[in-house]
Amino acid sequence: MSNEATAHDHHHDHKPPFFQRWFCSTNHKDIGTLYLAISMVAAIIGGLMSWYIRLELAEPGIQYIDDFQFYNVLVTAHGFIMVFFVVMPALIGGFGNWFVPLMIGAPDMAFPRMNNISFWLLVAGFILLLLSAVIGDGPGTGWTVYPPLSDSNFHPGPSVDFGILSLHVAGASSILGAINLIVTIFNMRAPGMTIHRMPLFVWAILITAFLLLLALPVLAGALTMLLTDRNFGTHFFDPGAGGDPVLWQHLFWFFGHPEVYIIIIPAFGIISQVISTFSQKPVFGYLGMAYAMSAIGVVGFVVWAHHMFTVGFDVDTRAYFTVATMVIAVPTGVKIFSWLATMWGGSIKMEVPMLYALAFIFLFVVGGVTGITLANASADLVFHDTYFVVAHFHYVMAIAAILGMFCGFFYWIGKMSGKQYPRGLAKLQFWVFFIGVNVLFFPQHFSGLAGMPRRIPDYPDPYVAWNYISSVGALITAVGTLLFFVVLWMTLRSKETVGANQWGVGATTLEWTVESPAPFHTHEELPDMTGKAPAE
Amino acid sequence: MLKRFFALLPAGLIYLLGGQALAEVEMRSKPWQMWLQEPMSESAIKVHDLNLGLMVLETVIVIFVLALMVYILIRFNEKNNPVPSKTTHNTLLEVVWTAVPILILVVVAVPSLKALYFTDSNPDVEMNIKVKGNQWYWSYAYPDNGDIEFDSLIIPEDELEDGQPRLLSVDNPLVLPAHTKIRFLIASNDVIHNFAMPSLAIKVDATPGRVNEVWTEINEVGDYYAMCSELCGVNHGFMPIHIKAVSKEDFAKWVVEAKEEFADNSSSDQPKTIRLAEAENVTR
Ligand code: HEM
Ligand SMILES: [Cu+2]
Ligand SMILES: [Cu+2]
Repeated sequence: MSNEATAHDHHHDHKPPFFQRWFCSTNHKDIGTLYLAISMVAAIIGGLMSWYIRLELAEPGIQYIDDFQFYNVLVTAHGFIMVFFVVMPALIGGFGNWFVPLMIGAPDMAFPRMNNISFWLLVAGFILLLLSAVIGDGPGTGWTVYPPLSDSNFHPGPSVDFGILSLHVAGASSILGAINLIVTIFNMRAPGMTIHRMPLFVWAILITAFLLLLALPVLAGALTMLLTDRNFGTHFFDPGAGGDPVLWQHLFWFFGHPEVYIIIIPAFGIISQVISTFSQKPVFGYLGMAYAMSAIGVVGFVVWAHHMFTVGFDVDTRAYFTVATMVIAVPTGVKIFSWLATMWGGSIKMEVPMLYALAFIFLFVVGGVTGITLANASADLVFHDTYFVVAHFHYVMAIAAILGMFCGFFYWIGKMSGKQYPRGLAKLQFWVFFIGVNVLFFPQHFSGLAGMPRRIPDYPDPYVAWNYISSVGALITAVGTLLFFVVLWMTLRSKETVGANQWGVGATTLEWTVESPAPFHTHEELPDMTGKAPAE
Repeated sequence: MLKRFFALLPAGLIYLLGGQALAEVEMRSKPWQMWLQEPMSESAIKVHDLNLGLMVLETVIVIFVLALMVYILIRFNEKNNPVPSKTTHNTLLEVVWTAVPILILVVVAVPSLKALYFTDSNPDVEMNIKVKGNQWYWSYAYPDNGDIEFDSLIIPEDELEDGQPRLLSVDNPLVLPAHTKIRFLIASNDVIHNFAMPSLAIKVDATPGRVNEVWTEINEVGDYYAMCSELCGVNHGFMPIHIKAVSKEDFAKWVVEAKEEFADNSSSDQPKTIRLAEAENVTR
């Protein structure tokens, strides 16, 4: 790639000294970079936990983890770390911070100092979470933290309290971040960039921010009630004193279901940008895409009890939640078909980000269709809490989000670092990772169909075959992950630089108009978007 | 490490080549099993059929999308289509891909809800069973058969007898008559557990402070195995459920014996210690 466009105007680009730059930062790009960094650190920790679990599960019997409380702690911590400290920081904090201002033509976020607080609260939350796992017996509650198992009778000691505080702090971080993003997007768009001209990634982040703003306070309330139950003698969830453990489940899942959209919608945004860029064609059905995401967000708030089909609801309640859940398939279908239609008639370049986008669609479709099964309260009579569910949510949310992150990374690393990633190695990394995750999670559908429960450290011997294959997949995934860090290192050390617009005519959004790497301050003069086509 | 894996291969092949022809069924997973356990109650048959239909539909959807993707990548790659089109709208297409999924979902919802209401129907039950979850064992009571009451604990690995499956065998299975409409009343003494039986399509939380119910009618005599299906603490993986379905006559005989055997049980509410070599550091 050449370095044309940008040599001329020489910014006096004064960057603050190291400590101020990275510890007191108010610059959206630096804070975005910090978010990406903490996400990578957390990914290594959360990943190691999951590989350790898969090592134990590779064969029946107890091989490595003979402390079952510790096993449960690993499962719990893996879930929390991946959700709150890997995926959300990277997609919302990392790419959101970096590219929302760049894409809407704003010089920075609306509240730069609050941005800094958001980040450091997240770090504090992460430390609290790690402490919770090593202090006392650790929280062996699963990421759902259901009382009474999580109350002080069954989890005495401070570890669950640490976990609660961790989520409180991480939640506050996300709420502040969400406010910042909403205000930025509403008030700081370049002249002429109406709401209906925003790039879809910005739409995705806006919707996600609203979901965060509405869902997290409910979690915070529930966590506070659990905290007072544990420490101050309240009985919100204690059946012995008139409380109700099922109330927790309602509150948790009222947050928890939107949470999975919080995880996946930013990835939708990235995929839309990438597919359009590499098909060299504007997004098909832009408004449909934006409103499909909005619809998913809205309907996502009224389906929570599909996680609770076995708690003993009235049958009519289960019927309602079955139907409501299935409704989500419709806007989801609109997204998939619109991506395909965007590619249709395009002139498709198979660069690494595009490979990741295609892989995302595949995983999301596979995980999405098993979601139709799980939406049925009657089918849940065999599927609830089996490995089928584990396979489903890793496909549709967890791994799909990771693919979205890799997709965004390869799409934007040139803009962020000014460097070209090693193309061959990146392709290899893609294939290893893609094959790995499928070998890892596809067989779990079979274990689940055959009835294997989740969250168990040992299993009846006949389940060995698919479990063994799944663990081999985990190993391949680990190699793919390692390769990613090699690619990252080689990219940052690379001598090959990229120009302002690395991807050519398909890349029409504003971040491709500033030089690469994006200078410390961008859009100091607002770009005028009046009359321009939607920046799709 | 691979040894166990390959040791199971022949068994897997036999399973794939044909079912077993035993007089009594043994319902638990088989090596290499890729599908649901055989349905053994009317509810389970309905759920099974629904799942089959859904899985066919889902496979078709995945193949359709995949095929479309492959076609697009071949037809519209940079070489075969150097000049991209500028089309960004097609109202008819957008209406179709919104309407068709809605139609499909309506078609799915009907049998799904039928199955749901059937599993929840209220037939004339012939007997009741009380199920209680405890950390980490189940207790069962027969209020209609002279208040028989007993606990059902996992058999540790080193005490298994021949033919008893590991992690699934218990000292006192839940003996039930086949061809009888049974209602389970399910509760818990401590944390939330889940009383499950895949081949009967039963999965109900055992929650402290509430009594949940579910009914079944077991179609065949035999052994039915499952595991607790809600994380309930350290030994969650070690509180199996074993239903032994017998004929009505055998059940009547068993009731007489059981009354003797479990005579002194009814008042014992002390916590049981469960013997598991690996689980010394039980929190609590
Ligand atoms: C490196 C790839 C990954 C592997 C090998 C992996 C593996 C696992 C395993 C073995 C479990 C425990 C299943 C059980 O015992 O029930 C699990 C649970 C879970 N995973 Fe992952 N996982 C991976 C990536 C992710 C990612 C990226 C997310 C992000 C959202 C995620 C979210 C979860 C959650 C929420 C749970 C449930 C925890 C619980 O049961 O409380 N995983 N995963
Ligand atoms: Cu949900
Ligand atoms: Cu359990």
